[in-house]
Amino acid sequence: MTIALSGKEIADKIAEKFPGSIIDSNQSYFVVKSESLLPVAMYLKDTPDYDFKYLNYVTAVDFHDRFEAVYQMTSLERNHSIVMKTTCPRDNPVLPSVVGLWKTADYQEREIYDLMGIRFEGHPNMRRIVLWDGFPGHPLRKDFNGA
Amino acid sequence: MALRTEPFALNIGPAHPSTHGVFRMRATLDGEVIVDLEPVFGYLHRGVEKLAEQRTYTGIIPLTDRLDYLASMSNNMAYCMAVEKLTEIKVPERALYLRVILSELQRIASHLVATGAFLNDCGAFMTPILYMLREREKILDLLEMVSGQRLTYNYMRIGGVSQDVPAEFMPALQKFMAQMPRFIGEYEQLLKENEVLIARSRGVGILSKEMAINSGASGPVLRASGVQWDLRKADPYAIYERFEFDIPTGEMGDSYDRYRVRIEEMRQSLRIIEQAVKQIPDGPVKAEVPHLFHPPRGEVYVHIEAPKGELGFYVVSDNSITPYRFHVRAPSLINLTALREMLIGWKIADAIIIFGSIDICMGEVDR
Repeated sequence: MTIALSGKEIADKIAEKFPGSIIDSNQSYFVVKSESLLPVAMYLKDTPDYDFKYLNYVTAVDFHDRFEAVYQMTSLERNHSIVMKTTCPRDNPVLPSVVGLWKTADYQEREIYDLMGIRFEGHPNMRRIVLWDGFPGHPLRKDFNGA
Repeated sequence: MALRTEPFALNIGPAHPSTHGVFRMRATLDGEVIVDLEPVFGYLHRGVEKLAEQRTYTGIIPLTDRLDYLASMSNNMAYCMAVEKLTEIKVPERALYLRVILSELQRIASHLVATGAFLNDCGAFMTPILYMLREREKILDLLEMVSGQRLTYNYMRIGGVSQDVPAEFMPALQKFMAQMPRFIGEYEQLLKENEVLIARSRGVGILSKEMAINSGASGPVLRASGVQWDLRKADPYAIYERFEFDIPTGEMGDSYDRYRVRIEEMRQSLRIIEQAVKQIPDGPVKAEVPHLFHPPRGEVYVHIEAPKGELGFYVVSDNSITPYRFHVRAPSLINLTALREMLIGWKIADAIIIFGSIDICMGEVDR
């Protein structure tokens, strides 16, 4: 059984290592500031106790007042997983890209950019992926009017 | 005087028989060798994730049929499990067994298409794929018996399955189970030491273990690279912990290993079905679930080992009758992440084989 690690416990460890980087945490996930996303992700990936070498998926949710990006990571060696989240404001939707750490994020970040309109800084090829260039707007946003 | 070649751009697809749908590879060639490649897709994009936000939880099931349309049963199962976890619905035992039996049949059907199409790409034109479709046809007959459909079954429901299997299903399944091992043996006899297959796929398109993990590969692609990771064992869902089966893995991570892993997995699926048929209890097949219901606020991610890899549904609920956000973790899309690295340095003819060995379904890549 894959053990879902406690977001709270990991958040406490991260807060020790990177003070002020955690916004919120509970049993199932933790939310990290977008500025600290990369160092925290790198720490989780390279610390042998965590060993999160496998990124299951990346996605984003539009909460009207903010965007939230969701990252689920798994360690295939230790068979445990954790969900990390980060947020960005709707008027300046920019997040750091994790492609350098996990190549998995490549198409998924492009898809989020395409459909949700979050720009990932540091992505080598930040262009639309399923819709055509010049498509008006980002359809997964809650205020998108497709009619 | 040495001959010099200029880089040359070639579009493979979108309408090309080897792309298994509408997929385009924009390749830059030096002579016959690929020096750069960019996959282009989206031709089948229907916006399933947005459509789902306007549908009731039950109304989304037919949309999941149309993701990986070669494995609709598995898609149904993963989605229903996600909503069941969100709403804390308990599924009756018999329904769990039926789900396992049908999704394992589906895995065999999907692997038959994958292997047949792969051999088609290798140049064994039409004979192997017809052999394999012949057996797949029998599986489709079985699935039609339970659902009335041959491709988009829409059979599973939140809380179980839509109806019990008809009386003639179990005898027909037993008959199929008795025949199938012989047919798998026949494929192997024809192909395992086939010189053409080995020459064209051994050592071709190697995906290293590290690269497979880093690029999020899953399913047979990951296992062929030597990673023993199968969600049915690593994170058992439904009732998989009750069955004995092995996880076949490859050694080199080449196209041949991916083909071998699929053949072995068909055998393991038969083993699971055999045990499930012995154990299946009588009883109800669906929990009492209203047509419209309000799952509690929250979010859930449920993943299963679909034929093509880790299929997951991430659902966010705001307590209304439709999901607030619906995201599909599509194995076909994510298995393509490493495609560029796998193809660079190989010739166009090999590219077709390597691409075929990944086994994707465009309905799931584009969504």
